[in-house]
Amino acid sequence: MSTESDIEVTKTTENKEWEPKIIAFLCNWCSYAGADLAGISRMQYPPNIRVVRVPCSSRVNPYYIIKSLQRGWDGVLVSGCHPGDCHYISGNLVARRRFAVLKDLLEFVGLEPGRVSFSWVSAAEGEKFSKVVSEVVEKVKELGPAKRLVKGVEP
Amino acid sequence: MTEKIESIREVVGQLLKDGKVDLVIGYQKGATPLTCSPCFITDPSDVDKLIWDQRCGINLAKYLKDKEGKVGIIAKGCDSRSTVLLISENQVDKENVTVIGVPCEGVINKKKIEKTLNGKEIIEAEIKEDKIIVKGHGFEKTLPLEEYLSESCNLCRHPNPIIHDVLIGEPVTERQVDYDPNFDELDSMTPEERYMFFVNELEDCIRCYSCRNVCPSCYCKECFVDATMPQWFGKTTDLSDTMIYHIVRSLHMAGRCVDCGACTRACPMGINLRYLLSVAEKVIKDRFDYEAGIDAEQEPVMGIYDKEDSDEFIK
Repeated sequence: MSTESDIEVTKTTENKEWEPKIIAFLCNWCSYAGADLAGISRMQYPPNIRVVRVPCSSRVNPYYIIKSLQRGWDGVLVSGCHPGDCHYISGNLVARRRFAVLKDLLEFVGLEPGRVSFSWVSAAEGEKFSKVVSEVVEKVKELGPAKRLVKGVEP
Repeated sequence: MTEKIESIREVVGQLLKDGKVDLVIGYQKGATPLTCSPCFITDPSDVDKLIWDQRCGINLAKYLKDKEGKVGIIAKGCDSRSTVLLISENQVDKENVTVIGVPCEGVINKKKIEKTLNGKEIIEAEIKEDKIIVKGHGFEKTLPLEEYLSESCNLCRHPNPIIHDVLIGEPVTERQVDYDPNFDELDSMTPEERYMFFVNELEDCIRCYSCRNVCPSCYCKECFVDATMPQWFGKTTDLSDTMIYHIVRSLHMAGRCVDCGACTRACPMGINLRYLLSVAEKVIKDRFDYEAGIDAEQEPVMGIYDKEDSDEFIK
């Protein structure tokens, strides 16, 4: 089990330009395979994401997303199968409802739109995966380092 | 509102005598002026303990769960909605509940009165028609009742009980109220301003969990903030942890909050918890066209899915 010190919170170093760190929860059956395909096909996308493989997008508890933000991740991406393609029949449909409410709520309390993103990427969509990651990274770079809801950071 | 108490006592006494219920949950006088506490009546001779006026702000559905035998509950609009919600979530058996519905004209928020009095202690208080008379050391004040009603009562859409086995008095006129007017103000803010607004609102929180403890929808055996394996979020009053507690609580309340305002009235720090809870309700209403506690046959909105749910936020 990882401990607090394992997870590095993003810090701006003096010499280097700031690079965001983004945590990506990818479903085992579609998006993870999609990421794999992007790798095998040698597609280029920014190296800012850290992948957590989950059995299904509905395995992603909203706490994981909020906890990631609290720990100082600059962005969170959750990706699963397209609706109708879920390995567990309806997992992503349940997740969709949950994420919709979470996203609206987080944005209402003032979290910048774009910090938390969701996508559907199938196992055949390596290209889409690299595109999604590029978009997410670009958006988070625009927003700058995470400050809101981060533990130990003054508002 | 007070004149209904005689009929309430009569109905409660009769139900107990006839053996239709084993227990009635109602309101009794609280320990301090202008407060109430729940009252559990099993003996018909105890009915004189019951009270009914604008003090009765607790949501009694909180006490409905885990009661044995047939239970009667005195319910305002919001208590009845919470009862419906608990039935739809299979927490309470419909067959065992007798709802004694009482149309409601709003309840007071004592915090508002204390604020007007600048913290002076109320020793004695009385509610007379549309006036509240408060007395303390060296002062006596008459306040207009209307101004001290709870905010959720001012915006209440269901003052009449949704379900009832017995109805006491005539139903009051239901008002067509739109969602919170505060939204207009909040919607016009930038994310930055909104975040600072919530920081200011929530930084007073002392994490006493009164809001959770009075809420009929909060019935988890172990709350996520009490969990230690894993310990999701910190337990101190660190701002990030406090904000996350309130965000996740409103996330859990999405599609389940009946806006009774009990949490706001219970908050010792006077935090307006309605902002976050009503936004969750608004999201549910806008996205899924669902309102909590209206129909016991309807499945809880966050427990189901629809293939046609909107995908607009997903890349």
